[in-house]
Amino acid sequence: MIELEGLTKRYGEKVAVNNLTFAVRPGIITGFLGPNGAGKSTTMRMVLGLDRPTAGDVRIDGKHYDELKDPLKYIGALLDAKAVHGGRSAYHHLLCLAQANGIPAKRVHEVLDVVGLTAVAKKKAKGFSLGMGQRLGIAAALLGDPRILMFDEPVNGLDPEGIHWIRNLMKALAAQGRTVFVSSHLMSEMALTADHLVVIGQGRLLADTSMADFIAQNSRSYVRVRTPQREQLLDVLHEAGITVAGSGSEVLEVEGDKSERIGELAAQHRIVLHELSPQQASLEEAFMRLTAESVEYHAHGGQPAGQQGAQQEWGAEWRRG
Amino acid sequence: MAMAQVVRSEWTKIRSVASTVWTLSLAVVVTIALGMLISALSKSEYDNMSAQDRLSFDPTFTSFAGTSLGQLAMIVFGVLVVANEYSTGMIRTSLAAVPQRGAFLFGKIAVATLLALVVGMATSFAAFFLGQAMLGDLKASLGDPGVLRAVFGGGLYMTLIAMFSMGVAAMLRSPMLSLGILMPFFFLISSILGAVDATQKVGRFLPDQAGSKIMQVVPPVGDDTPYGPWGGLGIMVLWVVAALIGGYVVLKRRDA
Repeated sequence: MIELEGLTKRYGEKVAVNNLTFAVRPGIITGFLGPNGAGKSTTMRMVLGLDRPTAGDVRIDGKHYDELKDPLKYIGALLDAKAVHGGRSAYHHLLCLAQANGIPAKRVHEVLDVVGLTAVAKKKAKGFSLGMGQRLGIAAALLGDPRILMFDEPVNGLDPEGIHWIRNLMKALAAQGRTVFVSSHLMSEMALTADHLVVIGQGRLLADTSMADFIAQNSRSYVRVRTPQREQLLDVLHEAGITVAGSGSEVLEVEGDKSERIGELAAQHRIVLHELSPQQASLEEAFMRLTAESVEYHAHGGQPAGQQGAQQEWGAEWRRG
Repeated sequence: MAMAQVVRSEWTKIRSVASTVWTLSLAVVVTIALGMLISALSKSEYDNMSAQDRLSFDPTFTSFAGTSLGQLAMIVFGVLVVANEYSTGMIRTSLAAVPQRGAFLFGKIAVATLLALVVGMATSFAAFFLGQAMLGDLKASLGDPGVLRAVFGGGLYMTLIAMFSMGVAAMLRSPMLSLGILMPFFFLISSILGAVDATQKVGRFLPDQAGSKIMQVVPPVGDDTPYGPWGGLGIMVLWVVAALIGGYVVLKRRDA
């Protein structure tokens, strides 16, 4: 259990983390979602006592981080895969961490095996690929067999096989009753792994909800209708008791999944339809709406061009999953 | 118990990187080899020296002539032990494992200091014996008054230089910045200050000048240094303590 209470971090004038209060509970994966620069990493550094909060408090199982005896046995974290001395071998890197927390050396071999680095254990870390570095960081997090695990953007830079591996690992850890807290800037990643969702933007808490609730609230389905006989169709729909949510010059949007009924009505009244398509608003869109303010702030207004692409890509993946 | 864990961990860290081996071997080789060379040259020059120079000829101190260069390798050792934690980002991993920052820093410094002491002592005795061997009939022996103190002090001097560098590196948190300040300071500024009369009185309170007094057995003619060998080493210890306190305060206060 990780509990944050009014956690705040200021760098001079800039507020990186603004009065965050939420709890990360055991047995589930809690996704920590926010655009780049939202304050996710700063929050995680404060959990580990690396950065000092300007105000507020964060506790692990009721204690401050520096009050934990052998902290790696309580909480394991992957913050930055590059936080390794490149001249040291993977084995010695893990060994020095194990010794600092009274963890037996045989556990080092175990975690190397779990992450699949046994073959390169004696190799210097600077020769590691991004994926291998990520695996070494995860090995360090697992070292003390902790009840709480925290991963900052763990899938960044990984190949599909590595991403799959990390997702399954996190699910397995949560299934064992552990607390898993994982950050990402991609809604798609969270939708696939997280059970609970904490969303922040510009350091402020925007949502703290179960994934199921978030999907129920935000995945709006509607029917998109395009017709040159707009007025006639509006009348027909009105008579049939179907409410039209939005309409443009040629386009109508009807809430819910009523495409068959609309098609039949149009046929009955001999109305020409150019399009009749059921639509699903993506979660990525919902996330973007939620964090729009902070994104606009960084992009100086307007939607960045890249976002549209990300939505499409995500929608496809979600439907497959 | 917890401190013992930190010490074990830091020992693993220090023995598992190449920089430890090459900095310390460089310190040993340079100090001894340069000491032997200067000793051999002094012996051949002795006959041409003035009477005054012969009077203040210090065979023990001569065999330590390599220290001036060898100490630079000790500085690099001290700087890298501490500052590499920052330059590699390892510091965040280290502090997550040992959140008691005082225990972390002093555990690390204790291990590195012990290693520097062992290497420094071995170097000092080797530099003495090999240097004396070059000096032939001019040589001093370990039993002569003040000589054992000087040789022992030579080992302490090397250790304290390394410790001072660790403190400075903990304050500056960057290997390049630390070396950029320490190297010219010990190699140039200190000797420039010592060369001019006006600044000499200030210069001799610098850590290296005060500390190296312990390696002298025969004081130069007209020496008016206001402290003795142990007094000089005491001044150096004060510098080291100040640097370590500074390093501790910075680590304690700043975000990692």
